[in-house]
Amino acid sequence: MTVVNLVRGFVRRPGRTAAEAAALVIAVVVAFPLYWMVLGAFRPAGEIESGRPRPWTLAPSLDSFRRVFGQQEFGRYFVNSLVVAGSVVVVSGLVAFLAATAVTRFRFRFRTTLLIMFLVAQMVPVEALAIPLFFQLRNLGLLNTLGSLILPHIAFSLPFAIWMLRGFVKGVPEALEEAAYIDGASRVRFLWQILFPLVLPGLVATSVFSFISAWNDFLFAKSFIISDTSQSTLPMALLVFFKPDDPDWGGVMAASTVMTVPVLVFFVLVQRRLVSGLAGAVKE
Amino acid sequence: MTPTGVGAAVPSRVRVRRGLSRPRGGSRKYDAAPRPFGGAGWHPWLYLAPALVILGGLLLYPIYQLGLISVFRYTQAQVSGGEPTAFVGVDNYADVFGDEQFWSVLLATVLFAAACVVSTLAVGCALAVLLTRVRALPRLVLMLAALGAWATPAVTGSTVWLFLFDPDFGPVNRVLGLGDHSWTYGRYSAFLLVLLEVVWCSFPFVMVTVYAGIRAVPSEVLEAAALDGASPWRVWRSVLAPMLRPVLTVVTIQSVIWDFKVFTQIYVMTGGGGIAGQNLVLNVYAYQQAFASSQYGLGAAIGVVTLLVLLAVTLVYLRLLRRQGEEL
Repeated sequence: MTVVNLVRGFVRRPGRTAAEAAALVIAVVVAFPLYWMVLGAFRPAGEIESGRPRPWTLAPSLDSFRRVFGQQEFGRYFVNSLVVAGSVVVVSGLVAFLAATAVTRFRFRFRTTLLIMFLVAQMVPVEALAIPLFFQLRNLGLLNTLGSLILPHIAFSLPFAIWMLRGFVKGVPEALEEAAYIDGASRVRFLWQILFPLVLPGLVATSVFSFISAWNDFLFAKSFIISDTSQSTLPMALLVFFKPDDPDWGGVMAASTVMTVPVLVFFVLVQRRLVSGLAGAVKE
Repeated sequence: MTPTGVGAAVPSRVRVRRGLSRPRGGSRKYDAAPRPFGGAGWHPWLYLAPALVILGGLLLYPIYQLGLISVFRYTQAQVSGGEPTAFVGVDNYADVFGDEQFWSVLLATVLFAAACVVSTLAVGCALAVLLTRVRALPRLVLMLAALGAWATPAVTGSTVWLFLFDPDFGPVNRVLGLGDHSWTYGRYSAFLLVLLEVVWCSFPFVMVTVYAGIRAVPSEVLEAAALDGASPWRVWRSVLAPMLRPVLTVVTIQSVIWDFKVFTQIYVMTGGGGIAGQNLVLNVYAYQQAFASSQYGLGAAIGVVTLLVLLAVTLVYLRLLRRQGEEL
């Protein structure tokens, strides 16, 4: 079924121009905060404070970025954030793949119970668990290390990842499994050489969510990295510029831009699979 | 049980089902779909083991600990080991429920979450329908803009929106001619500002999901409705909405969960809960009690209450799914 057909059937033509105009206007409104962020980052010193916010700048400057990368160890925070998000994506992706395979390709007792538990696990308010996790990580000696950010995020991104990957694993035809079996492939071989490559696109789409939750994390970074600032991550670095009374808006916008761009790139790259993935996760 | 070969430890009942001459397309609900690799009893658990270990250690155990901490007096003195932890039973809960602020925070949380959910769903659904009515280019533009909002980290989204509404330097006050009106000073305007940001970054999920759902609706149905002269609103209400019910259920519940747990936006935009805590929601309240006031026991008790509320929502969700005859 093509969208063209659908559109043709759904709408009468005269309405379309209006709809398209509305869509474009809304797109501009939705994108405006991001535009304003990037603009703020490139504004020369003094222009923000001039009190005449114009929607353009005549003399773009890199001063704010210099200030951001100069002050403190911003580059290091960037790398820390990448390490945390990267580890979470890889580990939770692999673990979720195995789990999703188990709950879709096998029938076993407690399967439904498990699925419900994965669903319920998504509801757990991460923020409330910061308290016990703090003590748990302290006892493990992990406070002030990147591990204290990686481990909880793996746990918290797993349930949704499993839930969403189910659709992708289900989408691989059973006939392939039969063929592999007939051809004498072992279970392990089927899993990693046949199923995994086929599910990989879905895995990438799923990993967006793990990536975002780890990349954006602000609460754990604030609570678990208490004394060793060399282990800090981007959100905390950004907030250095954000003093409630006298925020350095140029710095905040530049840091925000640096922090947003990687997620944006990731998103645009997996955009298509994301849409089909959500459709699959929802259609069940 | 340590099977040496694939079939070694498989119960005979399963072995029978392993026959390769399985009728195609006859897969009923359970057990009726024997798969070459799908029979052995312990294999799924092997695959599940890593996930279960991680979830057990970092989700289940902390929940247990949260409950435990909530029935102890747990303050800075206990954390540093200066005083032994003392079991206080339900005292923390009594304190929480006896505190007027808790009830006002609870009410604010529920109302705020409800307002966020309704706004997000309305915007998301309306734009999803709009997406189906435009050609590829405008659709792509709107989709990309939405993806941008979706991808924006909560922290940066919060700071950017604050900047937009800044009394001195923001464009919004300038355009609306509000002078140096402070949006974060009043309780309701501060909540409104946070709501706008939350809707901005969470409507794309609804939009994309509902759009994907609409695309899955057979075009003949929509064509028939159009031929019968149904208005767009009528098409939505009588055709799309009923067909999209499973999708709408999912996005509603996800929105409830997310909006009930809003933390970063409130924390950053209102400076940790607003003037005199006027913009606190449960999550931030629990956090402030625990980490700012070092009342870990109290904070944990509030956390347990939050957990229970969300659990109730989940149960309602499962009920709804069950009623729709969804198979998990």
